Amino acid sequence: MTKTKGRGSVKAVDGLIDIVVEINGKDRKLKVAPGEYLLDALRREGYKGAKKGCDNGDCGTCTILLDEKPALSCMMFAAQAHGRRIVTIEGLGTTDRPHPIQQAFAETGAVQCGFCIPGMILVTKALLDENPDPDERQARRALDGNLCRCTGYVKQVSAVLLSAKKLKSSKKGAKP
Amino acid sequence: MNVSDKKDFTVVNHSVEKIDALALACGTSQFTDDVDIRGMLVGRLLYSPHAHARIKRIDTRAAKAVPGVLAVLTHEDLPKVRLTTAGQGYPEPSPYDTFVLSEKARYVGDRVAAVAAETAEAAEEALSKIKVDYEVLPAVFDTMEAMKEGAPVIHDETDSKNIPDAGHNICAKFDFEVKESEWFSEADVVIDQWYKTQWAQHCALEPHVAITYIDGDGRLVIRTSTQVPFHCRRITAKALQISVKSIRVIKPRIGGGFGSKQEVLLEPVAAALTLATRRPVKIEFTRKETFISSRTRHPFVIRLKTGVRKDGAITDAHMEVYCDNGAYGAHCLTVMMCSGSHTLPMYQAKNSRFLGRSVYTNLPVGGAYRGFGATQGFFAWESQMDMMAEKIGMDPVEFRRKNYIRSGEGSPVFKAMGEGREGIEQKIGSCGMDACIDKGMAAFKWHERRERNRHQTGVKRRGLGCACLMQGSGIPEVDMAAASIKMNEDGSFNLHMGATDLGTGSDTVLAQIAAEVLGVTVKDIIVLSSDTDLTPFDVGAYASSTTFISGNAVKKAALHCREQIVKVAAKILDVRAEEVDLKDGKAVAGGRSCPLSEVANTAFYYHDQHQIMGMASHIAQSSPPPFAAHFTEVEVDTETGQVSVLDYVATVDCGTAINPTLAEGQNDGAVLNGLSYALCEEMNFSPSGAMTNASFRDYKIYTSGDAPPFKTILIPTYEADGPFGAKSVSEIGINGPQPAIANAVYDAVGVRLFEPPFTPEKVLKALKAKR
Repeated sequence: MTKTKGRGSVKAVDGLIDIVVEINGKDRKLKVAPGEYLLDALRREGYKGAKKGCDNGDCGTCTILLDEKPALSCMMFAAQAHGRRIVTIEGLGTTDRPHPIQQAFAETGAVQCGFCIPGMILVTKALLDENPDPDERQARRALDGNLCRCTGYVKQVSAVLLSAKKLKSSKKGAKP
Repeated sequence: MNVSDKKDFTVVNHSVEKIDALALACGTSQFTDDVDIRGMLVGRLLYSPHAHARIKRIDTRAAKAVPGVLAVLTHEDLPKVRLTTAGQGYPEPSPYDTFVLSEKARYVGDRVAAVAAETAEAAEEALSKIKVDYEVLPAVFDTMEAMKEGAPVIHDETDSKNIPDAGHNICAKFDFEVKESEWFSEADVVIDQWYKTQWAQHCALEPHVAITYIDGDGRLVIRTSTQVPFHCRRITAKALQISVKSIRVIKPRIGGGFGSKQEVLLEPVAAALTLATRRPVKIEFTRKETFISSRTRHPFVIRLKTGVRKDGAITDAHMEVYCDNGAYGAHCLTVMMCSGSHTLPMYQAKNSRFLGRSVYTNLPVGGAYRGFGATQGFFAWESQMDMMAEKIGMDPVEFRRKNYIRSGEGSPVFKAMGEGREGIEQKIGSCGMDACIDKGMAAFKWHERRERNRHQTGVKRRGLGCACLMQGSGIPEVDMAAASIKMNEDGSFNLHMGATDLGTGSDTVLAQIAAEVLGVTVKDIIVLSSDTDLTPFDVGAYASSTTFISGNAVKKAALHCREQIVKVAAKILDVRAEEVDLKDGKAVAGGRSCPLSEVANTAFYYHDQHQIMGMASHIAQSSPPPFAAHFTEVEVDTETGQVSVLDYVATVDCGTAINPTLAEGQNDGAVLNGLSYALCEEMNFSPSGAMTNASFRDYKIYTSGDAPPFKTILIPTYEADGPFGAKSVSEIGINGPQPAIANAVYDAVGVRLFEPPFTPEKVLKALKAKR
């Protein structure tokens, strides 16, 4: 994965812009409108796991990973994603082969309505990529930009800590 | 084998994983908006910029001429039918005072017109080209002012129904009195205090969204984020004057509701646009729209005048409530009544009086919101309990312990006050209040903290506060739920029910109840809920009713199914039916057994062929209250007025927790919402009635970083009327933080706060006034 970071050159045809984005490990050619937000473009392309809770950068439900870092897809234009790597929740795991973080969120009871969960899981992924062994305070801080009205965040913080445990043991080759 | 009363559970009372958790965590579960429908139009609404204005004329010609616009509707295009948006049992105990699109603007955010267009841009352009000729009228924004002679009359129309006193803007009233002696004649101390609570919004992360389309058979399908699919079908049919049978309501996964989606708001408009265009239409609230035009928590003005004897007996309870309902009636009667019906029975006073008024003002509309009036009522009550305890020199916890309603006791309030009508007589069955108090205090280290807090000096002062609470479990003799269970040839079951999971986990909890009865695991139960074409009726998710009422319906349906299984199995095993038990996916009798798949196959293909299928309805004769005791310690910065919650313990007696993890999650969420509501949440309005903080950024709800340390402790009891001993759990937790924190602030710095949220400004002002 040595794709150049940044915008590169984009081409506009019929008022639409051709962009190339790596989404969940595959290069995708998308036609996007100049003013179109990345969240709307992703949802249009079928990545419905990114949610629109406020469309204002306040709630975190639209979070994706952009070059491995959490980003609010409702706050950037689709065209700005040209030449970059995106991971959405669909890219992490599936119900028959879930990612350990997805398992951890399900097992701890961190998922109530679930609307905020894809964003929280992606934020957790980014945290654990950088810090595989977070403490409770760091876990809590990582989730701070993702609003949830159902859970009180209690079990979600536990889910982050369990995710770390699962990932560590899976790295050691043990069963997660 | 009597499965009904079993207490050695194999599925129930176990924290099985929520059945939709993994799909939600993988992003594959579909919420309302997570489908692609070809040719779907964008629906948008035009809102009144005026708090009170007569609409003289609406000119939609320019809007209709915008390319890509397919329909522009106003009240003139829709049936002139007054309705209530409150999704409650029929006939709703609410004023019929609302049009789908208003003929007169009664608040900033009132819906004046609707547009359907090929693109969002075209829809927005059309909205900007609708010309509305308003005659601006004087508006009223204060609850008490609105009732006065000469105040602007908000509902001056003649075709509304069930408004008790439109001339004084009173949309609901309810009074009652039970008197054993002369008022206050036996009291040693009388306290007369006013309280005032604030406007708040639910803030479900998924904004309201409805998609409507006409299916291949010409029927109207409504795919919507609703807590009340069956009420939604009925109210939409009435609003558009079409038949109930022509509508199908589907509830997919819902991103939280907390009462806001108990209102039928978007569905009739989207449906009207679909009927006008014959095209699929989606209307999705923006976050701003959910603030300005969905529903809110009613602010209350409460006067509590109580009498108490020196020995700690409460002699008199006079409760006067003024519930600000905003521009329309909606839940005006029921929320107002619950502020008394859920609080007054908690402590037994000889004389009890409730005077309730719900009042129209030119502000956004109050609706159902977790806690449903009890939240506001308990703020007053639990503050007053501390004030009374102090006056008679009694420990506040022991004062509560002396007075709370015991198992076996009734209250005249249960009979006098229901939800929107007379209640029913009931005696308390299970009551874990003593354990809630004891275990809560022990976990909190109440006495140690009290000792530690003696002789404090310095700028920051710590204090302790508690609150005791109750709620109900559904609306007795009103709410009905039904379920059916169909057996498949592999020994799995389809559980079909009207019960509405809006993120609460009810699909899981109800599947656990079915699995317990049928001797299988939750993985053998395939749940389909809330589709008005496919599932039996249920009133929906409100009034803390789902586990208790829908749970009983599911349990009965499963028992009905079980009877049939046992009959077939008895033949296979050659034993009497009474000898057969169901466990581990098998029918067992003595040493013999056969798998459930054999039972199903026998019924399908071999002998006395029939579909094994259970069906049942449930209506409750009681509404067993869950009980709770909350404890908190706060630190008040006397220089800045900042109140920090240092710790919070919330115990709750919800009977048998069908799924302890999910029950804890319900309580955790309720408590944090309550903490946020106590300390920071408030909808603010400009002098002309426009909300000034209509975004998450400006309104502010607690994040994981704001959340103080808090803990839920479940206190098990067994409620005989509940399914496997269960009561409700979802609402009660939100009632505690406001009074518990107010009491703790008083304990810390000696100032009592009567008007939440307890912002630094208010605390500082109170501290200055005291000095």
